[in-house]
Amino acid sequence: MANVLVVLEQRDGSLKRVALEMLSAGRALADQLGGEVHAIALGPSGFTAGAAGAHGADRVLLCADDRVSLYQAGLYAATLAGQARAGYAAVLVGATAMGKDLAPRLAARLKAPLAADVTAVAVDQGAIVVTRPVYAGKAFYRLRVTAPLVVISVRPNSVMPAEVARAGTTTPVAVVEGTGPTTTAVKEPEQATLDVAEAGIVVSGGRGLKEPGHFKLLEDLAAAFGGQATVGASRAVVDAGWRPHAEQVGQTGKTVSPNLYIAVGISGAIQHVAGMRTSKVIVAINKDKDAPIFKLADYGIVGDLFDIVPRLTEAVRKIRSA
Amino acid sequence: MKIAVCIKRVPDTEARIKIGADGKTIDESGVKFVLNPYDEFAVEEALRLKEKAGAGEVVVVALGGDTTQETMRTALAMGADRGVLLKVDALPLDPFPVASALADELRAGGFDLILCGKIAADDSSHATGVMVAELLGLPAVSAVSSLVIADGKGTAEREIEGGVEVAEFALPAVITAEKGLNEPRYPALKGIMAAKKKPLEVKPTTLAATGLAVVELAYPAERKGGRIVGEGADAVPALIEALQTEAKVL
Repeated sequence: MANVLVVLEQRDGSLKRVALEMLSAGRALADQLGGEVHAIALGPSGFTAGAAGAHGADRVLLCADDRVSLYQAGLYAATLAGQARAGYAAVLVGATAMGKDLAPRLAARLKAPLAADVTAVAVDQGAIVVTRPVYAGKAFYRLRVTAPLVVISVRPNSVMPAEVARAGTTTPVAVVEGTGPTTTAVKEPEQATLDVAEAGIVVSGGRGLKEPGHFKLLEDLAAAFGGQATVGASRAVVDAGWRPHAEQVGQTGKTVSPNLYIAVGISGAIQHVAGMRTSKVIVAINKDKDAPIFKLADYGIVGDLFDIVPRLTEAVRKIRSA
Repeated sequence: MKIAVCIKRVPDTEARIKIGADGKTIDESGVKFVLNPYDEFAVEEALRLKEKAGAGEVVVVALGGDTTQETMRTALAMGADRGVLLKVDALPLDPFPVASALADELRAGGFDLILCGKIAADDSSHATGVMVAELLGLPAVSAVSSLVIADGKGTAEREIEGGVEVAEFALPAVITAEKGLNEPRYPALKGIMAAKKKPLEVKPTTLAATGLAVVELAYPAERKGGRIVGEGADAVPALIEALQTEAKVL
């Protein structure tokens, strides 16, 4: 049997976009292996994982229980590992904060290899082959799976969600007790911001902003895009305490692949580039025409960001309101 | 408090990576190797917890070849008490055999806490610490940016997308460190001198088989060259035009 088990992530009882991406990745893999996609979702009571069938799940294993409304590592790992032992070829999970914690737990429990944070999954001569960036994207490995079961975490934004109607027959699953830490709360910031790793547009600032207060310019630009954009930061400004680490893009921060990445006052140090080079479109604004970021950028403007950014913000606002 | 810290020798994050002639590993010549940056946070946290407890031991454990001893001396220079090197010829890309070897070493150690960096800057699996915990049957919290330990219990915070998850656990436990957990100290000269005399045990180790075979190591596709659309704020309309009509992202 060459079925694929896809772990679906939810927040507050709604499937996250990454869950739909994993279904698409799982569907493509199962089709190549000649198997089915079984999706498994844990969430609060009343949760239905409704979109799973429409996005390619043949079966949905649903664990709707208030004990697992938040991510509880021990319960999630025990419940999922129990289901994953049913002869699957691969278990797919999104490489999110939850998935990065969960995937190694599953691999350890299943005594399976773990291919972490992969950007592509394929089948070659009957074997699963994954592509995974290493050295923060400066190189990548292609690895062939030689074990009967593999746990794969897939980087968010590396697969497009697609609608492929399947039965999505739902089977209830009970929570399995397991030891682990207890998640007691999720603290949300007073002002909800889009995470830099999940945003469609990232406006990042570096030392060229000169002082922390000037990031207001970037916040205004991000706001002009209307809810799909967020602010990112270079290591230099995070280390200087201007911006929180959650916003850092680069090798000791987050790896992002937005549709549009706007680098403002960022020179393009190798460790920063490692975190954003897979962005679909890159725009650079920098006063130094020789800055390495221009070698990477699709479009660049050389000049004073304090003139350019407000004008850009105004132009974006105009388009959005048109 | 008895604390183990699992550490790794990795290329400096600023290093250029050159792929070796075999097409499956990196060419290490001329590459500066360092203590994995996230492991520095783990070492620092262990030292602070020991200092706060007023007694205890910090043991650093690593897997690697003889060159890893130098990396371990860095941790000893920061203040760790002793080291154990699980000597292997090469590290696999699969974290499972690595975690298994570490778990076997740590199992009978009587540690109250095991600390690791959340991710290694080379193979970037973000897995080893949590796997060690699972193999030892201990609770683990990964990517921790704030940690409080008291009365045999702990509270940890970890950043998740758009929020912070708060988790409670009982000791012994495994914690993997995120940037921001603390500000690691630089080894002082006195520490560097002392580190040379600290015990560092070398144990030849055989790793379990991996279920992942390397097909190739390759460079990412170069981004095709872009263009400068202009200079100063007057170039903004040209940029907008390009983003709308060429790139179609607006």
